[in-house]
Amino acid sequence: MPSIPAKPPRLTGEALCAGYESRRVLDGVDLAVAEGKLTVLLGPNGSGKSTLLKTLARTLIPSAGRVCLDGKDIHRRNTREVAQRLGILPQDPSAPEGLTVQQLVGMGRFPHQRLWRQDAEQDARAIREAMAYADVTAFAERSVDALSGGQRQRCWIAMVLAQETDLILLDEPTTFLDLKVQVDLLELLSRLAHEHGRTLLLVLHDLNLAAAYADQLVMMREGRIVTSGAPEEVFTATNLKHVFDLDAHVLEDPETGSPICVPHKRQGSHRRAQPVSHQRCVS
Amino acid sequence: MTHSASLTQPGNDTDATTRSVILSALLALVLLASMGLSLSLGSFPTSFDQIAHALTAPQDSDIAFIVWELRLPRILLAVLVGAALAVAGAILQGIVRNPLASPDVIGITSGAAMAAVIFLALFGTGLSIHWLPASALLGAVFSALLVFLLAWKGGISPSRMVLVGIGLSAAMGAVTTLLIVISDDAAAMVAYVWLTGSLYAAQWQDVLGMLPWLLIAVPLCLTYARHMDAMALGDHVALGLGVNVLRSRLVLMACSVALAGAAVAFAGGLSFVGLIAPHIAARLVGRSFGRLVPASALVGALIVLYADLLGRVAFLPKDLPAGIFVSGVGAPFFVYLLHRSRKRLH
Repeated sequence: MPSIPAKPPRLTGEALCAGYESRRVLDGVDLAVAEGKLTVLLGPNGSGKSTLLKTLARTLIPSAGRVCLDGKDIHRRNTREVAQRLGILPQDPSAPEGLTVQQLVGMGRFPHQRLWRQDAEQDARAIREAMAYADVTAFAERSVDALSGGQRQRCWIAMVLAQETDLILLDEPTTFLDLKVQVDLLELLSRLAHEHGRTLLLVLHDLNLAAAYADQLVMMREGRIVTSGAPEEVFTATNLKHVFDLDAHVLEDPETGSPICVPHKRQGSHRRAQPVSHQRCVS
Repeated sequence: MTHSASLTQPGNDTDATTRSVILSALLALVLLASMGLSLSLGSFPTSFDQIAHALTAPQDSDIAFIVWELRLPRILLAVLVGAALAVAGAILQGIVRNPLASPDVIGITSGAAMAAVIFLALFGTGLSIHWLPASALLGAVFSALLVFLLAWKGGISPSRMVLVGIGLSAAMGAVTTLLIVISDDAAAMVAYVWLTGSLYAAQWQDVLGMLPWLLIAVPLCLTYARHMDAMALGDHVALGLGVNVLRSRLVLMACSVALAGAAVAFAGGLSFVGLIAPHIAARLVGRSFGRLVPASALVGALIVLYADLLGRVAFLPKDLPAGIFVSGVGAPFFVYLLHRSRKRLH
């Protein structure tokens, strides 16, 4: 099987140090976001994964190091121009009361609109396609705040899709959603990367979903990248212990071969020694 | 108005756009009719055709004088002031992302009031009263700058701005009250009327003084309409969409301060218009900024126009300040708004 040469990364971070107020979170991080792939930032709370995403997205300014988009320092570029290449979905976004889905998705066209140049047809097409891809066309005239969590999140993703960017950064897009909804969203995002060649960078909380959907896993701890690579390589019991302080078995999904972790249970492990047909006394 | 509507809503929710354009056009018609009504009412009895005649073919008569020198400038000023305050309020509510925001909250009105009262206390009725608007405007700008400086911390956070504005308003209010207490009765009377908000003895130079502020600030803030809609989604989303949040906020704040400052300078402390008008307008045309601004302007103009009309004719022969009626309508509405937001929290 001929190997397709990997495209050079367009979004890179070099020696990044960043934080909030006086608290420094990132401590010298280098990352090149793999082109056309779905990369997941994984790590315990406070490891700096959200901070790294925000720094790469240019919404946070690093105190040291730099972020480059297409070879140029991202902060030297016009922010609107960046928005034409890079889309962001922050954590827990909120829409104002009464805003319809159509209006929300329409906001994604902002970077392409100028006062003096209007391309209503392009905008309408992009909005239509984005809503169709995210499967929210049926909700077009409804208020965003009247939808369920999963539906809302799909609307926000549609907004980012309408922006028509090659790179998309998402900060915990699946947190607080039902598992089925999480899986649906990740399937959608996975298709974006693999069928449409977009570059995706996600912060995810769920270890197993990350291992299942990521092409590249980046594990972080205390503001540094500990290891990164394909899930099969880095999703090991040793790394899980080192990064998350988690004692777990790592098994293989029989269907896809991607790794799954099952945490060791300290309590109730004695139950495994009991025979399966265990009679319970019922009073 | 159609142009600005299409600027902010590409895509196919044309129904909402058409509806809001129609409503705004209706509002404009109502405003024109109300202006005509206001022109025909007053302490000197006049009829519609007398007014029409005076407007189209003015002759040197009492009626012409009343129409051209007394009523028309006052009505026009009422419309301009109402529109300016409403747009200033709409901008602030958008920037601060709080429905209870208004120019008063950011300290603009208190700053103008304090400056006006200082002027009256220092110069009494000695220095030409023509300088009062200028000093009030300076006061508005000064307090806005002060709020900005005190609230700056690597950027402008809306909530910090509001907190500083409230604090500053309180402080300036205290200074204002002190000055009124220690100044003589005549100056205190003028100050009180000014603080309530009055269009009494409005002249053409006031109208001409007010007009440029609207002509510059309103189109300017409309060019940031889409930015405003994006910022309503949160700073991080707006940044991701390519909005220069800091610059947009600065420009919009400047527009708001200019509009509110000028309005307060010429008409005194007409509170509540900046708070109520955007809410009423939003009920009619929605919160999309490009539609909200023109609608707010029309609603604000109508509110002040009728408040002034009531002041002029409802208690003849007295001429009461318009601010009384704006507050009379504003206070219950304010309570209603608070009640509604409390319900939503539950």
